[in-house]
Formats: sequence, C-alpha cells, structure tokens
Amino acid sequence: MRILTLAGRRLAASIPTVLLILIGIFLLLQFAPGDTVDAMMAQMGGGDAATARELRKFYGLDLSVAAQLGNYLWRLVRFDLGFSSIYGKPVAAVIAERLPVTILLMTASLSFAFFFGLVLGVIAARGVNKWPDTVISTLGLIFYATPSFWFGLMAIVVFSIYLQWLPPGGFEDITTAKTGIWRTLDIAHHLVLPTLTLGFIFLAIYLRIMRASMLEVLNLDFVRTARAKGLDETGVVVRHVLRNAMLPMVTLIGLQAGTMLGGSVVVESVFSLPGLGRLAYESVIQRDLNTLLGIVFISALLVVAVNFLVDLLYARLDPRITSGV
Amino acid sequence: MSSHRFDMTRRAALMTSAAIAANVAFPQRSFAQETPRKGGVFTVHYGAEQRQLNPSLQASTGVYIIGGKIQEALVDLDANGQPVGVLAESWESSADGKTITFKLRQGVTWHDGKPFTSADVAFTAMEMWKKILNYGSTLQLFLTAVDTPDPHTAVFRYERPMPLSLLLRALPDLGYISAKHIYETGDIRANPANLAPVGTGPFKFVQYERGQHIIAERNPNYWRPNAPYLDRIIWRVVTDRAAASAQVEAGQIHYSPFSGLTISDSARLAKDKRYIVSTKGNEGNPRTNTVEFNFRRKELADIRVRQAIAHALNIPFFIENFLGDFAKLGVGPIPSVSRDFFPSDNGPQYAYDKARAAKLLDEAGYKAGAGGERFSLRLLPAPWGEDISLFATFIQQSLSEVGIKVEIVRNDGGGFLKQVYDEHAFDLASGWHQYRNDPAVSTTVWYRSGQPKGAPWTNQWGWTDPVIDTIIDNAATEVDPGKRKALYGDFVRRANAELPIWTPIEQLFLTVISARARNHSNTPRWGSSTWHDLWLAE
Repeated sequence: MRILTLAGRRLAASIPTVLLILIGIFLLLQFAPGDTVDAMMAQMGGGDAATARELRKFYGLDLSVAAQLGNYLWRLVRFDLGFSSIYGKPVAAVIAERLPVTILLMTASLSFAFFFGLVLGVIAARGVNKWPDTVISTLGLIFYATPSFWFGLMAIVVFSIYLQWLPPGGFEDITTAKTGIWRTLDIAHHLVLPTLTLGFIFLAIYLRIMRASMLEVLNLDFVRTARAKGLDETGVVVRHVLRNAMLPMVTLIGLQAGTMLGGSVVVESVFSLPGLGRLAYESVIQRDLNTLLGIVFISALLVVAVNFLVDLLYARLDPRITSGV
Repeated sequence: MSSHRFDMTRRAALMTSAAIAANVAFPQRSFAQETPRKGGVFTVHYGAEQRQLNPSLQASTGVYIIGGKIQEALVDLDANGQPVGVLAESWESSADGKTITFKLRQGVTWHDGKPFTSADVAFTAMEMWKKILNYGSTLQLFLTAVDTPDPHTAVFRYERPMPLSLLLRALPDLGYISAKHIYETGDIRANPANLAPVGTGPFKFVQYERGQHIIAERNPNYWRPNAPYLDRIIWRVVTDRAAASAQVEAGQIHYSPFSGLTISDSARLAKDKRYIVSTKGNEGNPRTNTVEFNFRRKELADIRVRQAIAHALNIPFFIENFLGDFAKLGVGPIPSVSRDFFPSDNGPQYAYDKARAAKLLDEAGYKAGAGGERFSLRLLPAPWGEDISLFATFIQQSLSEVGIKVEIVRNDGGGFLKQVYDEHAFDLASGWHQYRNDPAVSTTVWYRSGQPKGAPWTNQWGWTDPVIDTIIDNAATEVDPGKRKALYGDFVRRANAELPIWTPIEQLFLTVISARARNHSNTPRWGSSTWHDLWLAE
C-alpha cells in the first residue's frame, strides 16, 4: 500500500530528529546548575561531601559530559533507556507505569474536544451570525482564554468541595479496593474533571476550525451541485460538506498530540494524576536525566505514531492524497 | 510600588484572623471523656516523594512522615521534650563518656516475624548511621564499635567522650533501627526494602504507587498493648499546594504536615471548624530564616557591612505583614523553643535602624555614589518555602533604601545547593536552618571552619574564627550538661557578634489537621513520630 511506504518513510525521517532532540536536551540540562546528587541532597536535608562523591560515582556522574552522552546513546541503540536515579528502577519500567494514565487522559480529552468541537462547529456554521453562532463562538472564546490550572481549581471548588459530585484528585479510589467494571467506572469518575479541564482549550480550537472550514466548504461548487440535485440539507451537510471540512480538523489532531503532552503537566499536577507530564516535571527538578530523556524519547514516538494514524485517516477522508494527484 | 503595598495589606487582612490566634492558643480541645475508637483510615498529604523511605538511611521529615510509622528509633521525645525509650528501655553512660550502654526492649518482632535483637542495633549503627545517614556520619564519627554481650544489650564504644544528653537528643531523628537480616547482604543503598520498609513499628508497609499513594496497615503484633488504633494510613502524593488544600476541603486528606499548604490557605482553613491549624507538635523541628554572607566578597568580609545589612531590615514589620502569627523574631542560632540550650543572654541584636545602617556603610568606606548606590550584591534564595521567596524580595527592597542594589537569582533545590555550597557563587544567600534539639547535630557545622566544599548546610562562607572553633569542639565532647549549656551560650554570643550568618526569624512548621483526629500533636516531633495512639473520632 502506498500509504504505508509514505508513513514508513516518515518514520525513518523522524529518527534523526528524535536523536537531535535527545542530544539537545542532554546538553541543555548540563547548563542547569546542580546534578541529581545535589537534588538528592536538597531532599535529604543535609549530607557530607564524601557521601556526595560516592553517590556521584554510583550514578556515573563523575564521568565527562561527552562520556555520559556517549554511554547514553550507546545504551539507547540497544533499546535500554537506563536507570532512574529518583525511582531506583529502570526508566522503561517507570515510564510504563505512567504512560497509561497520560494516554487515557489524552485520548479522553482529544475525543471530547474533537467530538464536541465538531458538533458545535457545525451548529455554529449552520446558523452563522444568528444567535447559536454568537453563543457558541463566545463560549469558545471563553474556553480558549481560560488558563487550564485556574479552570481545574475552579472545577474542584464547585464540583468536589461544594457539590461533592466528583473527586478532587487522584486516579482511583484507594480506600476501597475495586475490581472489574466498578474499577473502570471509578477511574472514569476520577477522570471527568481532568478530561474537561484539559479538553476545553482544544474544544475551543476545534470548534473555530470546524466553523471556518464548514463555511468555506458550504460555498464550494459541488455543494451547490448537490443542492441542485435536490438533496435535503442534512444529506448535503453529512455526506458532502462534513467529509471535506474534517480534513483540517484531522491535521490538528496530529499537531496537538504534542501540545497536549505539555498541557497535561498542569492538569496532572492540579488533579494529582500519576502521568507522564508530572513525571517529566519532577525529573527536571530532580535532575534525573535518564528519566527525562526517556520521556522525551517516548513522547516523540507517541507523536510520530499519532501522525501516522492521521495519515491513514487522511487517506480515508480524501483518496486523492494516496493516489498522489 | 503601589501593587506591592496592596499585596501587603491583603496578606495582613488574611493573617490577622482571630481564628488562627484562637487555634494557636488552644489547639487541643478537650476530649478527655472520649474513649478511643479502633479502626479508621487516616489520610496524609505527601508533598514531595522521596527516593527511599528508610529513616536509618536518610534523616529528613519527608522520610519520617512515612518511615517513622513503620520503623522505630531507640528513643523518642515525650510531651515535655524529654527523651523516652522506644526500642531502648534504659541507658547509661560511663563516667568518661566513652561507653554508652542501651538495654533493649524484649519481645519485639520485625514485621516479618523475626525477633529484634542487639545485632540489629549494632549493624544499623556501624553500617548505616556511621556510613550513610546524613548527620549520622558526623554524630557517630568517633564511634568505634557496638558490642552485643547479649541479645538485649548494645554497648556503644566511642574514641572521644560522647555526651549522653547529646546522643539522646540526636537519636529521635538519627536513631532509627533497620533489620540486620534484611540488609546484611548486598548494597545497602540498592536494597529493595528501602522502598518497602520492614520495621517494628505500629504500621506495616503495604504498597507504594509512585505519583499516587503509599499505604501502611495496622501491625497486629505490635509491642505496645492496644496500639495502634487506626486500620490504615494512606499518604496521598499531591505536589500542587492549591490542589492539596482542595483535597483537604473535600475531605480526602485529614492531615497536611510541615507547612504543606500555602500560608493563605492555612489561614482560611483555620476559620473552618472542621480543621485545626496550629504550630503545636512541631516544637522539635524549629527553623530559623537565615541570611548567609559570602566572606569572599571584600565588602561582606567587613563586619560593619554585615551589621549594616542587619540594621537595614525591618524584621518585625516583615513578620507582622507576611508571616502572621506563625513566626517571631529570631535572636540567634539556637531557637527559643530549645529548653535545654536556649541561652539567657544571646549577645548583640540588630534592631531596625536605617540611619545607623547608612552610617556603618559610610564608615566602612562605601559612600553612596551617583543615584545613591554604594555597591551591588547577588542574593540566592532557597526554593523551600514561600516565606524565603518573600523574604528575598523584602531584603532586596530594604537594602535598596540604604544604597545596596540586590539582584535576586532564583534556582531550584539542586541548583541552589550547587551554587551556594559547592561553587560559592553567591554574595548573600537566604534559606532555613533546621534545629535538631542539640546544637551539635546540625547547627554548629554552619559555623565550624574547615568544612569540605560541596557539603550542603555547612560553613561555606569562607569564614574562619579560631575562638568559635574551639568552643564548638569543646562543647561537642563535654559530658557535663551544665558546662555544655554554658559553652553553647558562648557560641551563640560569639556567632551574633561576628555575624557570619544572621538568623533574624524563628518559625515553627504549621499543621493542618482534621478536627476528628485525637491524640495528635502531643509530642514535639509529632509529624515524625509513630502515631501509635492516634485515632479518628466518628
């Protein structure tokens, strides 16, 4: 299949990019004063110089920067992400624990934002310059302008503290052990507020894009033709307009997968979720270089994978892309 | 300037709440008539995760708050701040102070069922305290051996006299015991039990989910009769302070220790009947705010400049407007809550006097140039608490009024320690000094010369004073408690006169706890203690 070669080529092209990012971050972190042993001392509240020296040796920090980087890349070639100095276990294991939470949160938020963005965008476009459009566009603007940490905290105040409907944080209820469907429901219950908090900004973007692209497609010739054929308005919108108007939306998903990983740092902190974003933040504070590089590596793979899926979707939506016209 | 004023008035309004004053004054409401209830889950706010949880390997409140429920120390402090036996039942010192004998509690078992013996004490002291534990390695520097004549006697042998009172005051923090049979093989630092501690304490470790929670449950074979009361303790990892106070309000967290919430949130919760906000139970962990001077700067090597800086800061104003009832004027390196060592005379004090500051700077030869500026300094505030950050800004603004321009350089924890204590890349630094019940444990190292470069929280100012070095060395090996106290009085007066570091503010950590909790805050290091008698009312 032509699309697979296309995607494969893309994947290959992203390898040097990922490598450059890794080296860049490695060097950038060298400029930050202090290493993981300094961070460890800060956490311990004291220690003597001999202990520090011993710890530096233990973590291989007594080597030169070039040697450390060389070691890291050589391990990476063998698919070994190294050992985390904060968690005391392999980086791959640390990331594997955190990845599901972040993927769950990202998927939920993206689906929420995409679905409601699409619906609201279509409604706004159909009623352009009438009251539904005004209401929806204003709402979109508010969502877009609200910082997610503020939104998250306000949501906690309203829904957790006053109404007591939803939990204020955490991934699942730990006071009672739940299994099977109850556990799934419990996790879903805990993810409602984080999903909305992370999703609203993206929802605002999707609805603006959807509205604009609907308006554009609605004015194209083939729509007029479809109408002239006597198709009813719903048919025109669903079968002709929507499919074409979705292309920019799908492009955005690919672009926003990366942004969302960044945005999840805030949401994961506010809702105390054990995700990748918070792990990345903590690794910087603790100067845990291996973990940080591991996260960058995995995130880069994640973004590549999402873009690959977007390419596949593209081909479904617009066959011209694969035929190379 | 106007926004700055606004900020201060807003804070002033928050801090003057009568509720706080009431709670600080009467933190323990009377529950004498109640009978303790068995059962319940107590949830605790855990702000920063640790790399390991074994208190025999790391002395910090972050570890004690979890590890201190699972593992136990030889001694703890009672309600009056006096040493009381935990795993040790009694102790005595030889006349020369070189041999200290502990009689250990009998019938105590580890959580895995093995008996606790003197072999565990000897192993922990020699392999962990002396080699790995921060501050432990300094405290036990002259420990040569621990003899175990029988399973319930441990004899500590020292090369130089070890004051019994020093050891007993240090051991609540630096005296946690680990099981020999778990640690004797392999690298101690890499032992999996560091993250799944095994102890003799009232609670058994159950689970540690990184980034989420740590769980411990009741130890059914605990040696104290009828203890503990709680079924479980859950520590919830919440790194964001605002999120933590939301979880407290939503009832998901019962206890936020060691000033874990912001000052304004604590003040707000103090007005709510469901919580008790107080400094009680933290008398064993007092801290002072510090101003550290780098003597490598020629201006700061001049005592008149250091005195001028101290006189230029209006500390009572700062405390009143920014820290509220939680802090008071600091008078020296030994905080006033230290019943054993706080001297009756602290020596010179530096009251706010801008004119005097200007005069001292003139005398030192730093006359105001064009625009009123004399010279400029780099100030590095430690990132541990919001008070340090506020204080840095306050120092900057106050010193600009006497012609010293201050540039604030902010770092995270690792960066701060590296720059101040290893690279000496600071002119002024500001952080906390935490006092550990005896000045020899972690206070005198801030003043004793000859500290190796790279050792955090030690004398890295480039300051040497043979007089103070002698006082410190004599006091550390003086076995007579009265003479020791007198020597530390000399130490405080000398430190205040020479001013290598200034300790202008004294603070206690703030506790926010559910009003349902009983028997809490009843010892001076309660947050770190075992919680064997803590219970939750319905």
